[in-house]
Amino acid sequence: MFPELIDTRPLRRAVDGALGWVVTNWGSAFEAAAKPLLLLLNAIEALLVATPWWLIIIVLTGIAWLATRRWPLPMTVLISLLFLGVMELWRDAMSTTALMIAATLTAIVVSIPLGVWMSRSARVRQFFTPVLDLMQTLPSFVYLIPTVMIFGPGKIPALIATIVYAAPPLVRLTDLGLRSVDPAVMEASRAFGTNPTQRLLGVQIPLALPTILAGINQTTMMALAMVVIASMIGAGGLGYQVLQGIGRLEVSRGLFAGLGIVVLAIVFDRITQAFGRQLQARVGISEVRA
Amino acid sequence: MMTMQNDVAISMKAVTKIFGPAPIQALTALQGGMSKAELQSETGHVVGLDGVSLQVARGQIHVVMGLSGSGKSTLIRHVNRLIEPTTGEIIVYGESVLAMSLEQLREYRRTRVAMVFQKFGLLPHRSVTDNVAYGLEVRGVRKAEREAEARKWIEVVGLAGYENARPRQLSGGQQQRVGLARALALDTDILLMDEAFSALDPLIRSGMQDQLVSLQKTLNKTILFITHDFDEALKIGDRVTVLKDGAVQQEGAPEEIVLNPANEHIEEFVHDVNKARAIRVRTIMESGPSEPCSIAVPADARCEDVLPLFAEHQWVGVLDASGEQVGRVTARRVIGALARHGAKSVAVSSPALEVAS
Repeated sequence: MFPELIDTRPLRRAVDGALGWVVTNWGSAFEAAAKPLLLLLNAIEALLVATPWWLIIIVLTGIAWLATRRWPLPMTVLISLLFLGVMELWRDAMSTTALMIAATLTAIVVSIPLGVWMSRSARVRQFFTPVLDLMQTLPSFVYLIPTVMIFGPGKIPALIATIVYAAPPLVRLTDLGLRSVDPAVMEASRAFGTNPTQRLLGVQIPLALPTILAGINQTTMMALAMVVIASMIGAGGLGYQVLQGIGRLEVSRGLFAGLGIVVLAIVFDRITQAFGRQLQARVGISEVRA
Repeated sequence: MMTMQNDVAISMKAVTKIFGPAPIQALTALQGGMSKAELQSETGHVVGLDGVSLQVARGQIHVVMGLSGSGKSTLIRHVNRLIEPTTGEIIVYGESVLAMSLEQLREYRRTRVAMVFQKFGLLPHRSVTDNVAYGLEVRGVRKAEREAEARKWIEVVGLAGYENARPRQLSGGQQQRVGLARALALDTDILLMDEAFSALDPLIRSGMQDQLVSLQKTLNKTILFITHDFDEALKIGDRVTVLKDGAVQQEGAPEEIVLNPANEHIEEFVHDVNKARAIRVRTIMESGPSEPCSIAVPADARCEDVLPLFAEHQWVGVLDASGEQVGRVTARRVIGALARHGAKSVAVSSPALEVAS
């Protein structure tokens, strides 16, 4: 046994006490602060549910066509969405999609500026890199429980947990993309008398856009990976069906809802990737793939 | 050659650049007599430029020639302060570049100096027109105006028809024409060209050199041109500065360098060079009044231009700017000048002649 060097009980008690204090004194303030997130999520969900199923199928298949201009991807999207409808998973799929979209949008708003900041200062990067590592490796239940204590069970902690888990790759890839812009192009831009903002908006972001889009793709995938855990604290959707399937030992329910999550992942992954390739070709980093 | 003070466009005075974590201490050590090699091995500081002084006259093409690692690319980046010197002065048209505030420096880069890069530095996501118009866009010129200007320069560099192409659809030579047009569109007096043609194939490079020389006849810009190619320096340069290990080895007109190389390092370059291209008839002519010749060339014609004339003529006259004959040359004189330098003697006197004498 490792010898007991110090008594850790006071430390544990202090942490628990601090959390309790935050919950009693700041709980409602936190809840009010997170209200916009809830409104965003509810608005997206309401929109998706109110839209007729065939319109959603047409829109997503159309987007898939625009992203590739070839038939395989739109066909995949069409079949995937029909599967969700036929298996009576449509409503749940829409809630899950809403959670994913809300988490991704929030992650974009937070991560891209953070990535820009990190790309410009080695010190900022040094500080945030371990924080991002922590966000990705810390088991999600560890921060799920305090979040539930502060916000109460429901959609807000589910959304926050999803964002915490899904945002890091976008931050990293934004930082990486901005820093790997060809130094020769950056120098030329500098020689023409641009200021840092002109270089960021006119050179760095356009050239880093394919990498940033890869980050958004990663974020959507990781948000979908969180839906089962998120459903444990009240997110509903496909994740909840999986959870119920496990709870009632209904293998079929868990299996089909699980396949539903996979299907959603395929649809969003392929569409964002296709847009990424299109963008890459336009930026001229890689050759156009015929 | 004397230049009036107000004809000096760019003047660098005792500019030293040391790369490393503590350049000021390294500078003190260098001035205290430490050698560059010692400085590098003991403190990890690299001397990029070592007390470089340079004057570029207005309206001239001034070539800085050096091998890789000689500091020539570092030097040119000091003129628009892409690199800050450790010590020294950089004066452009009487104004200290180092004294400028950040905002003044940007204004200076936007309006007074344009630059062409070895690796082109084009924006891959923009069309040729938008690339050429880039400098004007940064300057805040209106869209219609800058596009008209861009189209004009695209035409001048011979890329008409490629206005909407992306850089990656163009060959290396075409991309550098875009780079050149982008710099010319700014209409600055000073043009900085950092190994602008070095990445191009020999034939394309030669064509670009000719184009630059002919453009310069009408544009009359002050061009600081960096190259590692001595032939290129001789072909386009009005003045040439040779740089080695960050220090100036020799400065002069191309033929001065060819005829009187200052040290062994420069002699090595001169040895392989086409001297008939470097030496002008003015330098070697038999000057003074002489009977008019049936054929004549201007005084700044090169030896390679007169050589073919000797097939038909014994004497070739040399004319000054007003068309007056000021001297003449013979084939023997030209050959003498070309043979005087560099060529190792392989001749032995003929034994037959020795017997006869």
